Amino acid sequence: MVADAVIAAVEALFIILLMLQVVALGVFFERKVSAVVQDRVGANRAAIFGVAALGLVNTLIADPIKFLLKEDVRIAGADRLLHALAPWVALLPALIAFAVVPFGDVLEIGDRIVNLQAAELDIGILFVLATTSLGVYGVILGGWASNNRWSLLGAVRGSAQMISYEVAMGLALVGVVLSYNTLDLQEMARQQGALLWGWLPAWGILYQPLAFVIFFTAGIAESKRIPFDLPESESELVSGFFTEYSGAKHLMFMMTDFVEVALVAALVTTLFFGGWQVPYLYRDGFHFPWGSGIGLPSLVVTILQVTAFMLKVVCFTWLQTMIRWTLPRFRYDQLMRLGWQGLLPLALVNVLASAAIILVLRRP
Amino acid sequence: MNPMTFLVLAVLTVAAALTVVLHRNPVHSALGLVATLFLLAVQFLSLDAELIAALQVIVYAGAVVVLFLFVIMLLNLEVDVRAVGGPMLLATAGAATLALGAFLVAGLRRDVGGAAADLPVGFGRTATLAERLFTIYLLPFELASLLLLVAIVGAVALARRRI
Repeated sequence: MVADAVIAAVEALFIILLMLQVVALGVFFERKVSAVVQDRVGANRAAIFGVAALGLVNTLIADPIKFLLKEDVRIAGADRLLHALAPWVALLPALIAFAVVPFGDVLEIGDRIVNLQAAELDIGILFVLATTSLGVYGVILGGWASNNRWSLLGAVRGSAQMISYEVAMGLALVGVVLSYNTLDLQEMARQQGALLWGWLPAWGILYQPLAFVIFFTAGIAESKRIPFDLPESESELVSGFFTEYSGAKHLMFMMTDFVEVALVAALVTTLFFGGWQVPYLYRDGFHFPWGSGIGLPSLVVTILQVTAFMLKVVCFTWLQTMIRWTLPRFRYDQLMRLGWQGLLPLALVNVLASAAIILVLRRP
Repeated sequence: MNPMTFLVLAVLTVAAALTVVLHRNPVHSALGLVATLFLLAVQFLSLDAELIAALQVIVYAGAVVVLFLFVIMLLNLEVDVRAVGGPMLLATAGAATLALGAFLVAGLRRDVGGAAADLPVGFGRTATLAERLFTIYLLPFELASLLLLVAIVGAVALARRRI
């Protein structure tokens, strides 16, 4: 019992630390990708050993220190309690959601087999939806408690946007759940180890391509980044719902954005791109479709899987950064039209089509 | 369920529910409602009903109260605008509360005793619940969805008149 609790705690800590690395990389990408997209050098001051890009590592350390040392401005007429509470309400749910994301298959310690997932919940993906749906309170509270019209406008926009895109997101997941026949993310990742026609890894993207597009789009909208950054819109609302935040609280709101990017990347990886699966790698090593194979010890297999998961997540973090620096911001009516008249009907069609196909194929 | 867990949760839930009714600021009241619904979800969780807990958070805490807050913010309700009833209303409400409390206490006193039953296999699991829902409880389930559809159509019809 105690051992189980300790293992769960270590796993939770591991996935959080793993994802905070992705967050740090996300900040790195944010600066470097923006530089490359805008055709400039980027990070041309703080070089390490003469390599300019490495200088960005400096900023990863310097940025938080700068934020932490800044004055925590007290706003006249603000609701102190809610103002202080809002960044926590925004950040914590995004971090807690990682509890059900599997980062590897199993780890054998002696005769104990540990499932590499911090919380094995029957409700799986619904847990993620539940926690992320609470994150919207961070936006609402932050905007309302600041006693500032820009903040309030940002909060109203943010809550409307997040609620709207949650609908499409949830419906896209219905198709995914239909094709895996389970809610548990670890079980989904395991099913993606199967091979189609003996050689093609049966990743979710092959079964649910439309759900991937809808989920990814809605996911970017949920993380409130360009092109969906109307709650912030620096050019019109100063900084939207967190205009009146400074110091560590501002840092927490900034971090929430990047944690959500990492969360979307981790979910897309797990649902559509095999999670921790490496093609042809099984618990005892590689088995290639052409017959040959390489035997590997269990620990090496686990390390390979965790690395593969991490690499995939980093790829999707990079992709989101590319999208963020490529597309301009939507107008508000365009945003709502895309959510309700574009993604929602598409998601409904996807649910019906998936259900029909599954009904035909699985008929005994 | 551990009695200590229940006691702590129950006290917190009632405190949150009282905030909803007693706080003068509507935004604080709405947040009290979020806390109440969230704590209820935790109660469900400690009763091995994971799915109900998740749905409680997704639908009520995550969506319904957000819309409440949305309306409060759009109307920009100030503190102290809430209506407080006269002495007659307060007396009636107090009497009704006391009557309900007495009824609950009387009902619960009768049923105390006996060992707790073992949970059936698969209790609270999504598959078990869904199987029930789509077989023996299919008609109530479909009727509930029809009710929701009527509510949506009604809301759209009402909103259309304004636009």
